Amino acid sequence: ERHTAALGAQPRANGCSGGAHGALRNGYVRGLPAPDTQINHIVHNGGLYKRPFNEAFEETPMLVAVLTYVGYGVLTLFGYLRDFMRQWKIEKCQNATEREEQKDFVPLYQDFENFYNRNLYMRIRDSWNRPICSVPGAKVDMMERVSHDYNWTFTYTGRVIKDIINMGSYNYLGFAQNTGTCQEAAAKVLSQYGAGVCSTRQEMGNVDKHEELEKLVARFLGVESAMAYGMGFATNSMNIPALVGKGCLILSDELNHASLVLGARLSGATIRIFKHNNMQSLEKLLKDAIVHGQPRTRRPWKKILILVEGIYSMEGSIVRLPEVIALKKKYKSYLYLDEAHSIGALGPHGRGVVDYFGLSPEDVDVMMGTFTKSFGAAGGYIGGKKELIDYLRTHSHSAVYATSMSPPVVEQIITSMKCIMGEDGTTVGKARVQQLAENTRYFRRRLKEMGFIIYGNEDSPVVPLMLYMPAKIGAFGREMLKRNIGVVVVGFPATPIIESRARFCLSAAHTKEMLDTALKEIDEVGDLLQLKYSRHRLVPLLDRPFDETTYEETED
Amino acid sequence: MDIKSMKNYLYWLYCQFELITCSYLMEPWEKLLFYTFNISMLVMVLYTACIFVPVHLSMAFQFFLHLFGNQHENTVSIVK
Repeated sequence: ERHTAALGAQPRANGCSGGAHGALRNGYVRGLPAPDTQINHIVHNGGLYKRPFNEAFEETPMLVAVLTYVGYGVLTLFGYLRDFMRQWKIEKCQNATEREEQKDFVPLYQDFENFYNRNLYMRIRDSWNRPICSVPGAKVDMMERVSHDYNWTFTYTGRVIKDIINMGSYNYLGFAQNTGTCQEAAAKVLSQYGAGVCSTRQEMGNVDKHEELEKLVARFLGVESAMAYGMGFATNSMNIPALVGKGCLILSDELNHASLVLGARLSGATIRIFKHNNMQSLEKLLKDAIVHGQPRTRRPWKKILILVEGIYSMEGSIVRLPEVIALKKKYKSYLYLDEAHSIGALGPHGRGVVDYFGLSPEDVDVMMGTFTKSFGAAGGYIGGKKELIDYLRTHSHSAVYATSMSPPVVEQIITSMKCIMGEDGTTVGKARVQQLAENTRYFRRRLKEMGFIIYGNEDSPVVPLMLYMPAKIGAFGREMLKRNIGVVVVGFPATPIIESRARFCLSAAHTKEMLDTALKEIDEVGDLLQLKYSRHRLVPLLDRPFDETTYEETED
Repeated sequence: MDIKSMKNYLYWLYCQFELITCSYLMEPWEKLLFYTFNISMLVMVLYTACIFVPVHLSMAFQFFLHLFGNQHENTVSIVK
């Protein structure tokens, strides 16, 4: 079989080479497929993956979990104390409260989220919403601010901190620039077409640039037709209701983005959740749906739609696309793939997660993505069969009511997409895609060697580093800024309450020197704050065969 | 310098304590309250340990000694 020959022929990424009989013994690539095994039968999933799938979510150490709860316990007690003092006017109340006349109605600020906001988020608020004053490329300038009343108000000192290494922007291919071919083309179009169209696509907002963009996007993805929208969030929330309605079933991943959840809820279909990236859970739900049908009437479902994302940005995990497609074909359902973070960032040609796994784009029914991350623009697209896109042009809320994309933004997307595809005559795009892949592997490997707990897939440019304790969230953000590195730290409610993390987004614009500087500082801060929780010390990479002791086994 | 590295190490330990109990995030008066409470609890526990535990231990020891002492007397009387 061609893929077993490829497995044994050359060393894989990460220095591993095939085992004795040409099959890799980690993750899901187990055993040799029998010659008569069907490719979409998932009992033997050894034949579905053409490359190793290394995903790891190391378990929280018990001591760390206990100490995190201790920290949250202390903060909760002090939160109650402060709330008590605010209520009895011992302390000045600086947060939002209801007016005197509204006190007899349903309380607005008594739930846990508002309690968390007042008492925990306010203490570490200076790590978020930092004002920048240059283009957020690989390096960014930031305005310095101080707070004299413990983060309730900020004042600017007037100083600008220059050349902070930016590890927080979704700038995967480095197109966030204010110089270069993209900028020149966009400036020319700005002077030709103006800044906005002031109309919807269906009325007068359909400019020839939009047609050009849609043809280009369809060619880039390898689908028949595509449609572009002005806002990535709205692409999901306004188009899912156009595709499914009452009497349909939506199977959505546990950790899907808010736009997908909102679109699913707005559609009125029944929603069932399967465990994150867990194909057994998905198959069980599909089987139950087909066997039992709709809840009371037992009629068959009109449509079953599976909602998954290419890369999940909080976990850094990549969807198990070959298995999802096999399941979709077996149970005759539809697949909606949200490639917001993976388009441009994965795959040897930058065409996303379908390219990464070497699958055919025709297997995915609805390919959705955004232009915000890898293309340095704004907006979203949906690609698929011509009938689907023609239907969406007339029935989608965004097409009928939302303003169409602004022409300079469209030109930025066209130029950057042509650059990635190599159609502008240079190899800049290909070099960027390869640089991103190298940066990803290098950065993840070095962080794992240092002993941090890193979640997610080996090839994903989103790198979550676990912090766990609430004080370390604020401390990490501040210490890294002192050392001129800008990071994004994430806590509740974007993550489960004890699993707070720092999320690094790698870019093709980061040079190796920048990554080395960043890694040195992360090492220092990790020692200072005691963040090296990992109990699996990885041996530094040598040319040794890939065996089961090298990486964490993926959890089933 | 041994003293200097010892002091640095103790300072680092104090920082870890601050991070784990989240007193790193507290305002100064909250820190004062927290440390006063903690230190007073610790002092009370140590006081209990130092004053009461030796007395109780010696009482328990005497009780067991008395138990074995009684048995010894009984056997002695029978033999006699």
